Amino acid sequence: MNAQNKRMPKGGRVDRSHSIEFSFDGEGLAGYRGDTLASALLANGVTLVGRSFKYHRPRGILSAGPEEPNALVTLGTGGRREPNLPATTLELGAGMAAESQNRWPSLAFDVQSANGLFAPFLSAGFYYKTFMGPTRRSWKVYEHFIRRAAGLGRAGTEPDPDRYEVRHAFADVAIIGAGPAGLSAARAAAAAGARVVLIEQDFLLGGQLLAERSDGAAASWLSRVEAELNSFETVTLMKRTSAFGIYDGNVIGLVEQRNQDCPPYSGQARQTVTMLRARSLVFATGAIERPMVFPNNDLPGVMLASAARIYLNRFAVLPGRKIIVATTNDGAWRTAFDLAVAGAEVTVVDLRTTIPPALVVEATRLGVTVRTATRILNLRGGHSVKRATLKGPDGQFEAACDLVCMSGGWSPTVHLASHLGVKPRYREDIGGFVPGVFPANQFGAGAMMGIYATADTNEDGHRAGIEAASFCGKSAPVPAPSKLDLGETVPALLRDFPCAQGGKAFVDFQMDVTTKDIELAHREGYESIEHLKRYTTLGMGTDQGKTSNFPGLSAMAALRGATIPETGTTTFRPPFTPVAIGALAGRATGHHFKPFRRTPMHDWHLANGAEMLEVGLWMRPWFYRQSGADVSEAYVAEMRNVRRAAGLMDISTLGKIDVQGPDAATFLDRIYANGFAKLQVGRARYGVMLRDDGIVFDDGTTTRLAESRFFMTTSTAKAADVLSRLEFLLDTAWPELRVAVSSVSDEWAAMSIAGPESRAILAAAFPSLDVSNEALPHMGSYEGEWRGRALRILRLSYSGERAYEIYVGATAGEQLWSSLLEAGRPLDLKPYGVEALGALRVEKGHVAGPEIDGRTTLDDLGLGRMVGKRSGFVGDVLRRRPALLAHDRQRLVGLECMEDGKRLRGGSVLFRPDEKATGHGRGRVTSVTFSPERDRYVGLALLAGDLATEGSEVVAVYPMKAETVRARIVSPIFLDPQGERLHG
Amino acid sequence: MLRFECPCCGPRDHDEFRYGGDASVRRPAHDDPDPEAWYAYVYVRKNPAGLHREFWQHVTGCRQWLVVERDTRTHVISTVTFARASQA
Repeated sequence: MNAQNKRMPKGGRVDRSHSIEFSFDGEGLAGYRGDTLASALLANGVTLVGRSFKYHRPRGILSAGPEEPNALVTLGTGGRREPNLPATTLELGAGMAAESQNRWPSLAFDVQSANGLFAPFLSAGFYYKTFMGPTRRSWKVYEHFIRRAAGLGRAGTEPDPDRYEVRHAFADVAIIGAGPAGLSAARAAAAAGARVVLIEQDFLLGGQLLAERSDGAAASWLSRVEAELNSFETVTLMKRTSAFGIYDGNVIGLVEQRNQDCPPYSGQARQTVTMLRARSLVFATGAIERPMVFPNNDLPGVMLASAARIYLNRFAVLPGRKIIVATTNDGAWRTAFDLAVAGAEVTVVDLRTTIPPALVVEATRLGVTVRTATRILNLRGGHSVKRATLKGPDGQFEAACDLVCMSGGWSPTVHLASHLGVKPRYREDIGGFVPGVFPANQFGAGAMMGIYATADTNEDGHRAGIEAASFCGKSAPVPAPSKLDLGETVPALLRDFPCAQGGKAFVDFQMDVTTKDIELAHREGYESIEHLKRYTTLGMGTDQGKTSNFPGLSAMAALRGATIPETGTTTFRPPFTPVAIGALAGRATGHHFKPFRRTPMHDWHLANGAEMLEVGLWMRPWFYRQSGADVSEAYVAEMRNVRRAAGLMDISTLGKIDVQGPDAATFLDRIYANGFAKLQVGRARYGVMLRDDGIVFDDGTTTRLAESRFFMTTSTAKAADVLSRLEFLLDTAWPELRVAVSSVSDEWAAMSIAGPESRAILAAAFPSLDVSNEALPHMGSYEGEWRGRALRILRLSYSGERAYEIYVGATAGEQLWSSLLEAGRPLDLKPYGVEALGALRVEKGHVAGPEIDGRTTLDDLGLGRMVGKRSGFVGDVLRRRPALLAHDRQRLVGLECMEDGKRLRGGSVLFRPDEKATGHGRGRVTSVTFSPERDRYVGLALLAGDLATEGSEVVAVYPMKAETVRARIVSPIFLDPQGERLHG
Repeated sequence: MLRFECPCCGPRDHDEFRYGGDASVRRPAHDDPDPEAWYAYVYVRKNPAGLHREFWQHVTGCRQWLVVERDTRTHVISTVTFARASQA
């Protein structure tokens, strides 16, 4: 193959002084700066670029834009591997290594295509029939083959080393599409005084103007307008930027590709997502040419007519020498003329009987053969088109060819305009859908509104620009539109009807949907366009059916004998073009995925051997290395130390809420299931909150600091929800209560000292404090100062030991922590982590998150007696619904492992010893720990009430590890049921 | 990408807010013992195609609970008021 043997010696918008080397399937090739991967492949004579999705048919390049269904490639290796990229949108870059997809063992010889093995399985509705019908079981047999056969490219599995960014931007007027309409709109809106952002997916401005000769009137108009736009400081040109979605409030989702001149390791983001909020929005998204539908219309060498013209005029590539141009309208004749001027032998095959005389005259002048009322019946060729069978008024005939250009008319690109719900409306005169009624802050211009001739398009863009600016209150006088008339005749269109005798005639190239699939869908009753889409997968590929939508609904309309508006169109949803997840994530990956919250003692933990654990957003010490080699050794050692001497725990993550006001006690009485109005000043109380539906919401303690001031703590997990709920009730339900709540979570560092030695250590650390049982009893509190910072001590226990929660101004947290450890060293005070904390509370039978799981009631958790005869609190009425009081509801029990050398595991399913261990069982283990106290594994479980008799036996099954263990039902309080350790 | 005109903080992105449910349902008095009233309040909702009154809290702003009137068909927001004011 000669290097770039299809490249014209001059012309085009490629820089011949700047050669770019790249590879395709390992073969080294060269193109020029200004090429796309597709144009560079065509310049090198590469026409076979991929295999199709289901049938593995050879495919070439159909289009020259983001509508490309066939020429999908994979770029990059390792973590940079990215599949399914349309070669037609990839700006050629130095060293670009592209691979074809969906072929094995090679692109030229593909086994599955060669034997056609799977074709019978893959007709329309295959998946539905397989999953839903009596053949459901056969899926297991076929799955392996089907998955391998029917798939596009594979993504990389390694972490992506590139950087992505997400940013927000604002504009008065955003214009999507920089063709003649968009450029005119931008010029007018900027002149009117608006801040304008002009968005173009290509790396050049111009849109369809780039299909014109690079040295003609269109080119000079383009450079003049581009220069004019550049002179405005208020205009931002965003090239290489695709608008992928339109969202509420005129927010446009944009993804910008890095300039290919910028090396991948420069540190510049590979892709940048911009969420652009615009006061008004102009859609100038142009139109997409329709393929024609005839047998073997998917052969490499069959191309949209407009694409061939772009390859010729923009990229100086002549993709064929003996060319058939098949059309239903005037537009493709321009392709025929340009190809003829470039030296090709061209035949125009027009479906219409009457052709505008001017076209015929020009064709004759250029030596173009004209066949009217003629269509393509079939194509032949292996890896590239070679012969066409045509049918005209005088019958069938054959013609040799190496390129077929086709045009079934144009479809306005209404996708983006439809995202917010503007319904497309069919226009009979242009044979296409245009947007319906726009909201006041959106405008459409040019080909996307069905206005095709360049002269009209410019004027329409100019008008839209003025209107969009005026919507933003920018109405400075605007100079007249910059005129450009390319003399196009408005395409008088004849609707193409599919012809499908003698081979597969493709409607959707990417999803391999043929006319036969549409016939099958029609025959089986899937006539609605939305059903047709889902039954045949028409339009469900990565190209979103940009080229297949209209031919598909047109074929269905014909089968039903219905009109196009009766048949309708499917709903267009974001994204318009695929967006990499990495781009949407931006920098929010790894440790930047979410914020990390650190307690005031965080650095101390790290410096002292703590293994940290993520708990929600918080980082908490899991266990300390000094306590043991791994977590299971360490937590038991830490537990033993708490039970024997004392331990210190960082509890700064608890939610802390200041509640004050004359009605604070009344308020607490309503939000807690147990009463608080009679709580004495200086005393604390454990409290449980319910949701309105009677399910337990959260638990914690509240201390009465003064008559009308309380200090509430919540669980770490529910801190934000509880505060929000309190504010909700005060703002919406009981505005008459004079209460203010505010979060003081970050104001306090908090630590808990627990164990038999805790009182002695407290006395050593605060020599002036009276720590006696009389001065500071269980549930007592102290308010004071420590080194000039606020100090609050609450005698509360979670572990079952005598314990004190010590709160100090956050900035003094680490100081107090260290000073407590110092004071406690002679008495063996050691820090412990959340694993030991959880284990201690299980041993004591305290419920926590695994039991308060949004499904349990007070009675389920054995807390019903706290409420007594109270009423009038949140959740009181609905907690008494009969189903929540049922005798057999699962309720909290303790479990003790009965088998030596075995363990209980959280999540195990519980069964009766005499029943088969299948299904959901009678309950489940919620929390487990090794209990040094009992010298065996113990746990908390929720178990069907009728089985929950202390002393009886259950079987705990853990299918993940195929473990089964016998356990005895016991009281959930494994330690000190009388609470002597707390009160002494 | 909704945007609310917070009566305290001005126009803000909806990322700063937390949805709080239907504001057209009336909460029973705290000591109302009628299960039907509570059932209706907790579970029974209309799903209007059109104007909908709903609670939103400006969680990363002033923390006020607001009543927002939003058209469910177009997402156009017609009014935003303090919930306290609308309850009075």
